[in-house]
Amino acid sequence: MAKIIVVTSGKGGVGKTTTSAAIGTGLALKGHKTVIVDFDIGLRNLDLIMGCERRVVFDFVNVINGEANLKQALIKDKRLENLFILPASQTRDKDALHKEGVERVLNELSDEFDFIICDSPAGIESGAMMALYFADEAIVVTNPEVSSVRDSDRILGMLSSKSRRAEQGLPGIKEHLLLTRYNPERVQKGEMLSVDDVNDILAIKLLGVIPESQAVLNASNSGQPVILDADSDAGQAYLDTVSRLLGEDVAFRFLNVEKKGLLKRIFGG
Amino acid sequence: MSLLDYFRSSKKNTASTAKERLQIIVAHERRRRTSPDYLPQLERDILEVIRKYVDIADDQVSVTLEKSSDELSVLELNVTFPEDKRG
Repeated sequence: MAKIIVVTSGKGGVGKTTTSAAIGTGLALKGHKTVIVDFDIGLRNLDLIMGCERRVVFDFVNVINGEANLKQALIKDKRLENLFILPASQTRDKDALHKEGVERVLNELSDEFDFIICDSPAGIESGAMMALYFADEAIVVTNPEVSSVRDSDRILGMLSSKSRRAEQGLPGIKEHLLLTRYNPERVQKGEMLSVDDVNDILAIKLLGVIPESQAVLNASNSGQPVILDADSDAGQAYLDTVSRLLGEDVAFRFLNVEKKGLLKRIFGG
Repeated sequence: MSLLDYFRSSKKNTASTAKERLQIIVAHERRRRTSPDYLPQLERDILEVIRKYVDIADDQVSVTLEKSSDELSVLELNVTFPEDKRG
């Protein structure tokens, strides 16, 4: 039985796909057989971030419609033995995903994998609802910025009322907060919401804090999940995040401004 | 923070403004989420009735439904009257 984890946010552009790619890859690095499923039908991008865009033949919707089987549609990662991607379809049909079809595919994946990461589209339309419906756990990706925090709260409402667990009266989805694009310098200057501020408002367990980092763009440019850039701050922050997701107790890093030398302190920069 | 920044640091702290605004709107939206669908319409109807007698703004009426136990919910109606319109 796989654990199903949805990566969601409400707002777009906060780092859901970057996070899905990083966490899925991190779980595989730790030896867990993992599949990342792109639920963003019509706007497929997980394949680009994972660097397998030219290997897409069949997709999620083909499998739902019975036009291909899972084995044909799953793309095996070239770097890691136990990592797979199920790409989204580029169809414009908004109703391509339906509960019965998604459930059938997830059940089939569940026999094979330890973790299923569902990369949700932005918004609160059917694609996002499908991505969260079957989840056991949720990673709510949030930027320290007003619109993102508000939308995250909205999604938390959906997680607790619109999921299968809620409808069947099962224990609720386990919710994790992942703060991304965090800039300790701006926090120190009082220009950005701090970890504690966001925690006070959303009141769910903090899973990780990913610093704003040049490594993220470099990673997506080259189709390498940023977690594989183990020298980078963002890569290390994602590695810590994956450890916490697996229940390890890891101290938070990159929350404070690194100490500067005397010259920097005088002249700035 | 550099020495130059130190002399320019009289700017307002925007992060605390953001936090205050978020706390208010999020609390408001959470109440809405957990309340029945008819509540906004009820609020508008009550507003119309009061407007027959007193000129008040949209945000001067608030209706909330709080569940205090399994058997009991309390409908709370708050109307703020402008100071000079009272009576």
